Amino acid sequence: MTITQILFWVLSALTVFSALMVVASRNPVHSVLWLIFTFFCISGHYILLNAQFLFIVNIIVYAGAIMVLFLFVIMLMNLNESSEPKKNRWLRMAGVVAGGCLLLVFVAALKNVDIRKQVAETNTGDIGLIENLGRALFNEYVVPFEISSILFLSAMVGTVVIGKKE
Amino acid sequence: MPVNYYIFLSIALFVIGIIGVLTRRNAIIIFMCIELMLNAVNLMLVAFSKMHHLANAAKDATAGIDGQLFVFFIMVVAAAEVSVGLAIIVMMYRNIHSVDVNFLNRLKH
Repeated sequence: MTITQILFWVLSALTVFSALMVVASRNPVHSVLWLIFTFFCISGHYILLNAQFLFIVNIIVYAGAIMVLFLFVIMLMNLNESSEPKKNRWLRMAGVVAGGCLLLVFVAALKNVDIRKQVAETNTGDIGLIENLGRALFNEYVVPFEISSILFLSAMVGTVVIGKKE
Repeated sequence: MPVNYYIFLSIALFVIGIIGVLTRRNAIIIFMCIELMLNAVNLMLVAFSKMHHLANAAKDATAGIDGQLFVFFIMVVAAAEVSVGLAIIVMMYRNIHSVDVNFLNRLKH
């Protein structure tokens, strides 16, 4: 077993465990903290795949900006375990069974596809570096890039309008 | 690593997100589970882009770069979506003093 494989299995186990803890935690603040941990594990996977730009963007945008926003909102509302809404046990079980059925369908459908002998390149390859991604972004993808700035502007205006008091 | 490991890891994360959306009633947790599903898809796109690069690197040195740019744009959209969604949740909390999604069925009153 090479070090890449060991790292892959450890990171995968941590990712799935922390994702389960996001769903299972009673306290919303604990859920947010577990979700931040999940995002760090996914960033570790990006490093294994040598996608360095996405690694740093995932840390800055997801773990940094988005999750801090979630944490701020939860603290603003002063949510904790006691304010957690209670749900019917049977409804919860039905949700888990429905999700398990979806998992079963996905695994059964993708177990024997032709693609499974293909290998995702780890540790090597330079398409994930900022130089190459930036060149592609500002040549072929410059129009979507500019449109995303308009999207951000409209999101900002929408947030201000919605958050305004009456 | 064989790409099917990444496929099954992404499936596991996606299904955990779906189970969270179905079983939790706190609007913020539901929102976080949606973020989890977006990240599962991102991981799969990066794995596929590296697979495509390995298979086609001889013909085209930048094969597979589109997948990683898609992930970048998904992150852009997710950031915009989170800001608007959290503003809506804050306004809902201000009006009904709860984040329980079951109260949202009274939205029309």
